[in-house]
Amino acid sequence: MAVKLNINGEIKDVEAAPGAPLLWVLRDHLGMTGTKFGCGVAQCGACTVHVDGVPTRSCVTPHDSLDGVAIETIEGKEGRAAAAVRAAWIDIQVPQCGYCQSGQIMAAIALLEDNPDPTDDDIDAAMSGNVCRCATYVRIRAAIKDAARKL
Amino acid sequence: MFMYDLTVAEGAAPGSDGAPPHRETPPLSSFLATDRRGFMAGAGAFAVGIVLANGPARADSTAGGLAAVKGGDATPGLFIEIAGDGEVRITCHRSEMGQQVWTAIAQIIADELEAPWENVRIVQAIGHPKYGDQNTDGSRSIRWNLYRLRVAGAAMRAMLEQAAADAWGAPRDKVRSRQGVVYGPGWLPILDRKASYGELAAAAAALQPPAEDRITLKSPEDWRYIGKAQPSLTIPSITRGEGTFGMDVRLPDMVYAVVARPPQILGKVVSYDDAAALETPGVLRTARLPDATDPVAFNPLGGVAVIATDTWSAIQGRYALQVEWDEGPNAGHDSAAFEQELAATARRPGEVRRNRGDVDAALSAAETRIAADYYAPHLSQAPMEPPAAAARWTEDGKVECWACTQTPQASRRTVAAVCGVPEDDVTINVTWLGGAFGRKSKPDFVAEAALLAREVGRPVKVVWTREDDLQHGYNHSVSAQHLEGGLDADGACTAFLHRTVFPPIPSTFQSGADNPSWGELQLGASDTPFATPNMRLETGRAKAHLRIGWLRSVANVYHAFAVQSFVHELAAAAGRDPKDYLLEMIGEPRRFDPNTEGAEYGNYGDPLEDYPIDTGRLAHVIRKASEMAGWGRDLPAGRGLGIAAHRSFLSYVATVIEVDVASDGALSIEGAWSAMDAGTVVNTDHARAQMEGGALYGMSNALYGEITAENGVVVQQNFPDWRVMRMAEAPRRFETHIVKSDAPPAGVGEPPTPPAAPALANAIYAASGVRFRRLPMIGPNRDTLPLGRAGDA
Repeated sequence: MAVKLNINGEIKDVEAAPGAPLLWVLRDHLGMTGTKFGCGVAQCGACTVHVDGVPTRSCVTPHDSLDGVAIETIEGKEGRAAAAVRAAWIDIQVPQCGYCQSGQIMAAIALLEDNPDPTDDDIDAAMSGNVCRCATYVRIRAAIKDAARKL
Repeated sequence: MFMYDLTVAEGAAPGSDGAPPHRETPPLSSFLATDRRGFMAGAGAFAVGIVLANGPARADSTAGGLAAVKGGDATPGLFIEIAGDGEVRITCHRSEMGQQVWTAIAQIIADELEAPWENVRIVQAIGHPKYGDQNTDGSRSIRWNLYRLRVAGAAMRAMLEQAAADAWGAPRDKVRSRQGVVYGPGWLPILDRKASYGELAAAAAALQPPAEDRITLKSPEDWRYIGKAQPSLTIPSITRGEGTFGMDVRLPDMVYAVVARPPQILGKVVSYDDAAALETPGVLRTARLPDATDPVAFNPLGGVAVIATDTWSAIQGRYALQVEWDEGPNAGHDSAAFEQELAATARRPGEVRRNRGDVDAALSAAETRIAADYYAPHLSQAPMEPPAAAARWTEDGKVECWACTQTPQASRRTVAAVCGVPEDDVTINVTWLGGAFGRKSKPDFVAEAALLAREVGRPVKVVWTREDDLQHGYNHSVSAQHLEGGLDADGACTAFLHRTVFPPIPSTFQSGADNPSWGELQLGASDTPFATPNMRLETGRAKAHLRIGWLRSVANVYHAFAVQSFVHELAAAAGRDPKDYLLEMIGEPRRFDPNTEGAEYGNYGDPLEDYPIDTGRLAHVIRKASEMAGWGRDLPAGRGLGIAAHRSFLSYVATVIEVDVASDGALSIEGAWSAMDAGTVVNTDHARAQMEGGALYGMSNALYGEITAENGVVVQQNFPDWRVMRMAEAPRRFETHIVKSDAPPAGVGEPPTPPAAPALANAIYAASGVRFRRLPMIGPNRDTLPLGRAGDA
C-alpha cells in the first residue's frame, strides 16, 4: 500500500513493507543515502532526521506512522541554524570519516533551533545520543558554540 | 567542487549492457561517475581530450623512467590527469576513512605541480598492483608516498614547462610555472608569454617524463600546501550527506543480502529451513555460502544469506530463517575461563624474546621488588559504518565490486581466489570508508558480495548489521601481561621483566598459530625504550578461539597500557614523580637497536637508519606534554594527572590526562594534552584531529570496551552492550602540539592511541589511589569506576 511522505518539502509515494523504518525507506526505496545506518536500535544517532522539527531516530520510526508530518533529512535541511552549523563544521573541520556526521549535524541543528545559546551541559544532553567512533566530540562541541555565536 | 559519487543512475552504468567496463583509464571509466554537482564540465573536457593522462605515461611506467623511485612508481600519469579546462584530477590510491588522505595526497601532488587548489579533483583508484602498496593501514600512507608523489607532481610540472618552452622556442631554464600557469620570456619583457596547464596539456602529453635526477623538488620553505592546515576535500560534501560510502552503493537491478553466519568460528550449517524467511515480504530467496575452513584468513565465514528487495526485508527474513548449526571446534570457549588461563600463563616463565643484562640476578639484588598483572580484553574496531560491499558480474564471467575496503588489492586477490577467477577479471572500486580502524583491512565481506552476486545472477549488496559487526568480527586480541621490577636503594629501576601472552594475529592465517609473533612484539614490547641495565621480554603461548585481527595501533594498545602503567607503579614504589621517573627510565638521548638484544625487530618496515628509535625525541614529547598540562600544579582532592608516552609507527606521542574521581567512582575527564613528533607532517590540522580522535578512541576502549564469548559465541550484540564514549563522557578540553621537524614522515593515524589508556589509568590512580590493571575500567553496565574492585589491587 502506498504511503505519502513529505520529505524535504516534496511528497513522495512509497511502497514498502508495513512497519518498515523510515531509514530504509529513505535509503533503499528513495535512494536518499545521506541518512546513515549505524545500529538499527536507536543507540547511535547516525540515522537522525527531523520529524516536524524534532530530531528523530529514523531506524526505529515506522514510515507508515508519518502521515501528515514534515520529514527533513541532511540532504534537504535548510535555515539559519542549518547554515550556521554547516559553516562551523567546515570551519572547525569537524568530521573525520563523516559517516555519523549527518546525524550529528541534524542533532546540532535541532539543538540550536531550540536553544540558540546552549551551555556545555545542554550540548551534552542534546548530543549524547549520537556516537562518533572517530571521536570528534571536542570539535563537535567547539563547532556548536561557533555556530551559536554566528546565529 | 570535489564531489565524488559512484551512485549509479538507472541505465547509466558502464557494463550494464554486459560489456566489460573499459579499463585503460581506470580513474574515470571505473567510477561510474554521475556526479550530481558539476562533473559534467569535467566530462566535457574528457571528450575533447584529456590530455596529460595515462596513455604516454603508462608506456613510460613499463619502460622504466620514474617507475622505481623511493616508495614506488612515480610516473606522473599514474596519479595525475590534467583536463583541457585545467581541472587537475589526482588519483588517490589510498582509502579515505577519515584520516583525510584525499586532502593529504592532493596537498603533496598539487604543491609540487603548482596546481591551484580549487582546480583539484580527487579520483579514487581501483585496487591494482600498478599503484604499489594500497593497504591503508600501518599509518604509512604519507610515510611511503610523500617522496614519490612529490616526484610525480614535480615531473608533471616539468613536462608542462618543457611543452611551453618547446612551443615558444624559449630556453627551458627561462620557463617557470605558478598556480596552473606557465610563464616564459617573450620578445620583450612586456610581451612575456603565458599558457595555462589546460592549454599545454596536449603538448605535454606527448613528452616523456624527465629522469629522477632531472627533477627539482621544491624546497620545504616554498611549500604552499604541504605542512599547512589545508581544508578537507571531503568535509563540504559530508555536511550535506553527499559522498558514497560502501553502505550507500546502489546499482541498477541490485538486491540486498544479509547473512546468517555460524555463531562460532569454523562452525557450519547442518541444515536450514527457509520457508518462513521466504514468506517475509520483500524476501526473494536464500543462498548458502561455502563453509569456512581453517585458517579462516580473509575468507567468508559461511552461513546462509537472505536476499531481498531492500535491507530491511532481508533483515526481517533472517529473523525468520531457521538454521541448525554444527558448533565446530571453538564451541566451549569461554572468556572468563580463558582470562584465567592467560593470566596463569603470564605468571609462568616464558620464551625469552629480548634480553639485556641479567634480570634474575638484578631482581634478587633489588632493594624493592614489585610485580603486577594486567589484562586487556578482546575489542571490536566497530567503525560507525559496518562492513558493506556490492558486486556485479558480467556475462563473460568478470566481477566488479564496490566496497569500503582498506585493502583493495587483498580484496581483489580474495575475491579471485574465493570465486575461482583470474585476478584480472576482478575490479575493486573503493568507496569512502565510514571509519575502519583495521576492520576493513579484512575483505571477507567483499568476497561474500561477489559470491552472492554470482549465485543470484543480479547485483547484490551485502550489508552487515551492527550485530554482525560485533559478533563476527576480527577482534583485537585479548592479552594478559605480567611485569616485574626491581629498584635499588635510591629507587632507580635496575630490573625490568615484561611477559606478554596473547592469541596472535597469525592464528587467522595459519592454523593453530599460538606464539606471539615478532610483528606484534615490535609493537611496544620488543622496543621498550628504557635504559634499565637489566631487561627481559618473554612471551607465552595462547590459542585463538575468535578471529583475531588488527585494530588501530594493534598490540601497541595493550603493551603500552601495561608498560606505561607499570612505570607509574615503579615511580610510586620509589616515591618519585611519575613524569620524572619515566624520563629517568628512558635515560639520556640515544638510539638503540633491539636486534642487538635478541629481538627480531622490523621497525614498521622501514630501516632504522632512516627512522631510528630515538629516546631524545620521546623525552622531548614527554616534556612538551607535561609543560602544556601544567604538570606538578596543585590539584584539589579527587583530581589527578596521569602521563604516558609511546613510540609507535615511527612517531612519538606523549599524553597527559586530568581526571576527577568522586568518592562514588564517578569519573570526569577534565582535560587532555598531547604532543606528537611524527617527523614531517603534511596536514597539521588533520594530524591534530587524529591526535584528538586517536586518544579518545583509546580512552573509549579502555573505559568501556570488551568483547567476550560464551561457548565460542560473542556475547555483545549492539551499542547497548558494546559501549563507546559519548559526548558527555569526552573531555571538554584537549590541547595538541605537533613538534616541528624535518625528519622523514612517520605515522599519524595510530600513534596517538597507545598512550591514552595508560595515561588515563595513571590519572585515575593519581586522583583516587586505585590502580586499574584490568580493562575495561568501567565496562558497559556501570555508571562509575568500581573503586573497590579494581585490578588485583
